This record gives sequence, C-alpha cells and structure tokens, in this order.
Amino acid sequence: MTAAPYADQPVPMPRGRRSTELLMLVFALAVVLFAYGAASLGLSGKMPSGPLVYIAIFGVLMLAAHVAVRRYAPYADPLLLPLAALLNGLGIVMIYRLQESGRNGNPGNQVAGLAASATKTQLLWTGVGVLALVLVLVLISQARVLQRYTYTLGALGLVLLAIPAVLPTSHSTVNGAKVWIIFGGLSIEPGEFARLALAVFFAGYLVAKRDALALAGRRVLGIDLPRARDMGPVLLAWVASLLILVFETDIGTSALFFGLFIAMLYIATQRVSWLLIGIALFLFGTFITANLFSHVMERFTVWLHPFSGSNPTGIAYQPVQGLEGMAFGGLFGTGLGHGQPYFTPLVQSDFIFTAFGEELGLVGVMALLLIFGLLVQRGLRAAIAVNDPFAKLLVGGLSFVLALQVFVIVGGVSGLIPLTGVTTPFLSQGGSSLVASWILIGLLVRVSDSARKPAPQPIQDEGMTQVVRAG
Amino acid sequence: MNALELTLLRIGFLAVLWLFVIAAVGVIRTDIFGPRRKRARSTRQQVSGLPAAAMAMAKPKPSARQKQPRSSRTVPHMLLVTAGALAGTSLGLTDEQITIGRANDATLVLSDDYASTRHARLFPQDGQWLVEDLGSTNGTYLDRQKVTEPTPVPVGVPIRIGKTVLELRR
Repeated sequence: MTAAPYADQPVPMPRGRRSTELLMLVFALAVVLFAYGAASLGLSGKMPSGPLVYIAIFGVLMLAAHVAVRRYAPYADPLLLPLAALLNGLGIVMIYRLQESGRNGNPGNQVAGLAASATKTQLLWTGVGVLALVLVLVLISQARVLQRYTYTLGALGLVLLAIPAVLPTSHSTVNGAKVWIIFGGLSIEPGEFARLALAVFFAGYLVAKRDALALAGRRVLGIDLPRARDMGPVLLAWVASLLILVFETDIGTSALFFGLFIAMLYIATQRVSWLLIGIALFLFGTFITANLFSHVMERFTVWLHPFSGSNPTGIAYQPVQGLEGMAFGGLFGTGLGHGQPYFTPLVQSDFIFTAFGEELGLVGVMALLLIFGLLVQRGLRAAIAVNDPFAKLLVGGLSFVLALQVFVIVGGVSGLIPLTGVTTPFLSQGGSSLVASWILIGLLVRVSDSARKPAPQPIQDEGMTQVVRAG
Repeated sequence: MNALELTLLRIGFLAVLWLFVIAAVGVIRTDIFGPRRKRARSTRQQVSGLPAAAMAMAKPKPSARQKQPRSSRTVPHMLLVTAGALAGTSLGLTDEQITIGRANDATLVLSDDYASTRHARLFPQDGQWLVEDLGSTNGTYLDRQKVTEPTPVPVGVPIRIGKTVLELRR
C-alpha cells in the first residue's frame, strides 16, 4: 500500500507559535517597564509614581495587537510583533525622558519643540498604529488583494508625495523640510504613507513586467544591460525622486523612494546591472543637485567638515551636538536620565538615536540596531518563504526600505553618510512615521502568515472520514 | 542613590536588553531547527537509512510540506534553466514529479527542436531528486554522462536536454 507512510504517521502540525509570541511580548514589555523605571530614577531619583499608567496603556495596546494576530494571522512569525513593540516602547520611554527634562523639578533644560504632553500624544499615535495593524490584518486577508489596486495605489502614492510641494509654505514646511500637510493642530507627513503605497505599486508593476526587464537586452563586459526602452520606468522613478529633492528639499525621502524602487527591481529581475545603473543614476543626480542647490551642498559640507571653522556653532551645530552626546555616552552610556541629550536640537525626532547613544552607550545602540536587523531579517525570511511573487516582492521591498531608513538616519547622525532628515522607525516622535511603521508590520505579519501556513491537506486524506459504520 | 546602585541599574538594563536580543535569536533558532527534543524523536521515526551525520543535520521544518527531514544546505528548492530558449526560468520543487518535453502537458514545456515530446522526468525519492530519460531521441545528459537509468541529481550539476540546460538550485 503506497499511501501507508502518509496514513500511519500523522503529519506534524506546524506550530503557530503564538505562545512564543506572547512570551516574547511580555519580555519586551518588561524591558520597557525597566527602561521606564530606570529613566524615572535617573531623572528624579524616585521611582515613578503617577504616570505608570503610560506603560500600562502601552501594554494593553500591545496585548490587543497580539490578540488580533492570534485571531487573524495565526501562523505569523512570532518575532515581528515583540520586536516592534520593544522599539516602540523604548521610543516612548525616551520621549517621556526628554519631555520630563527641565519640567516638574527635574534637572536639565527643556527640549525645544517638545510639548509637556508629548508622551501622551505618542501613546495616542501608538494606539492609532495598532488600530492600523489590526485593520490591515482584517481587511487584507492575502497580500494579493492589494495587487488589484496596483495603479490606484501608485497614483495615490504620487499624489501624497506631491501634495506638500504644491501647498503653501505655512501648511507644509517644518524646519525647512517641505514634506508636511499641516491643518489646524494636525500635521501629517504623507511621504511615510506614500512609501507604502508606492511599494505596492512597484511590486504589482514589476510582477507584470519582470520578464521584459530581466531577459531582454545585451551582455556587455559581463553585465546584462537592459534595453533602452525598458529604462523608461527607472528614469521616471529617478526624475520623480529628484523632483522631491528639489521641491520639498528632502534628501531622505528622495533617497528612500529611489532606493526602494531599485531594490525591488533587483529582487524582481536578479540582474546586477539594475543595481549598478541605479547607483550610477543616484550618484549623478546627487552630484548635479549638490552643485545646483545650496541646501544640498550644505549637507555635504556639514558631513565632511563638521568641526572646522564656525561650523560647530553654525550649520553643523545639530550633528556636532549629537556626536558629542554619543561620545559622552561612551561604551556603556550615562544611564537613562543621566545624560544631557536636550542639547541636541530635534533630539526627539531625527536625532533620537543620539539620545539612545548617550544614555545607553554603544552597547545599547548595538542592541537596538540588532533588533532592527532581526526585524528586517524576519521580513526578508517571509519574502523568501512565501509563494506568491507579488507578496514576495512587496515584503522584500518593504523590509529593504526599513533597513535603508535605519541606515540613512543612523548613518547620518553618526557621520557615516551625509545627514538627511528621516525618522527612525518606531523610535522617533511623530504620528505618521509610527502609524506607517505599524502598517508595515501588519503587511509583514500578513505575508509571514501566508508563508508559514501549512499546505491544505491532500484530498486522499479525506478517505478517513468516509468510514461507514454498520451496526 | 549611590554610585554603585546607579552602575548596577545601568549595566542591568543593558544586560536585559541584550538578553531580549539573545532570546529573539533563540526563537529564530527554534524556528529553523525545531525544538531539540522533538527533533530527535521525529528523526528516528522518519529516516532510518541515513548516516548519523545526516541525521544530526536533519530538521523537521514545521511549515514545510516535505515529508523527509533534510538539511537545508543540500536540499534543492528550485529547478533553474541555465541555457537554451527558456534560460532564466525557474520552477519551485514540490513533492510532484516534473516532466520535461515538448508536449503541452509537460511541467516544463520546451520549444527545443532537439527535445522529444516526452523527453525526461525529474522525481523525488528518499530525499533526493532523480532524473530519468523517457526514451528520448537525442538522450538526456547529466553533466557529460548519458542518463540510461534513474540517476540522482546533485545540486548544481547541469542536466542537458537538447539545447536546454537545467540545474537544481538550493
């Protein structure tokens, strides 16, 4: 009987590993609670009394997210949620610590532009983010649902990117970057969401066109060059990213946007030539804009000569303060609440990584970077494992852009590459970034669920149910 | 608070943070190799003829459809066409056999003048993929050897069918 090996040996049920997720989530919450206590002790010398409710609310939100994953994506990767929760929680703790600095009798100066209710706001946005995660899980039962809206989302993404460029300055510009939509008290950075929409568009487009992009063309010097007419979309993406650079004075968004496209093109076609063409185009574009626009050139000056002349008190004041903060922190940091991160302007958003560098030291930020790395690795793992080529591309691209974003901002504040203002995912203050990051996690959870879901049982197994009991 | 308590708190937090990272890596490890206890049992059940080294490497991957525990380093996951009209095409490997030829119902339909209608087939057996020539006119070659009987195909060794070259890839 040939079917015997299948019949007498139960196929091991793949574990959903939801309890592992819960365990790791509780661990993450414990770390956050520890950080909160340490920050509170460091600031005032007292254990936190009142606002322990912040951490309680945060814990409830994360457990709600866990319940949603349990219900709607039972086979999802068990690490995605705890890793994201830890980063988000540590971000909240750092924002609380910065908010308290100089307030309520605590030592230090007040951080400019950080309201006394910043922690509450960040917590509120965390709630919105978790809601977005749940909505993604409920509405998008499979990644390929999104494929239907390839061009709709592409158009939406471009519109979102373009809105700040056409809005009047008073409704779109904060600290020189024209990337906001500001109405009333609410400010939204549409680029964060545009990135997600465009990732869906690129994935849908490339799944349809990958063969032409991968196979047609000539081989020159060991590199497969694409045909000239297939270059169209790449040039379009390049021009669009340059336009963002010029009209919104935002190098970061532009780099992420172009990097996302090139990475997805590479994943779709497996041709190194696209990477080379992309890097060449990017360098060429940066060279041109650096020579044409003073604000781009200034970034290079700050990067190459932060300490020369009057730069440390002038144009390089912010990065130099950040660098000095991290140097002050050294290997093990000053301890939460004991540093002076408030000297760095915008330490709550773009420079929050230097605050961690100062108070947790190199050892602490390496752990943070590893946590980001694990998050990206889990995303890429899901991309490799999933069958649907659209989901594969989408999640591959999204994981890559998460890594690129961390690289751009951490590389920027640490002086490895020219500084460009992008948010640190999950850590920075700011609702748009947080909600967009949670949507990204939602998509990763959804695709990893599809990837790890056991295959449907083969038909012949149903023979077991057809036993007729006579008498 | 004195300096000692302060230092303990500071280092303690970093230790806990790193413990979390290590725990996360541990979860990934279990995800790949399975928990130790279960691994030993299921390996004994499923493979009896494999050498001890292969058993140590074996892993019952929880989500995979494969019945045989095999090492991810030696198990091919796709069939890639490396030369010929279909170069660049890849097929994911499942438990099903793959038929190759000019017939429309073949898994891999070749438009190769030197291939027969039902040229060859690839099928999994005991954790290996075997190639079998189905009586083709021009023959099937594994590396430079003509395939006369079902032959195991190692990863990365070219299979020649007419002008088409296929390879198993991890």
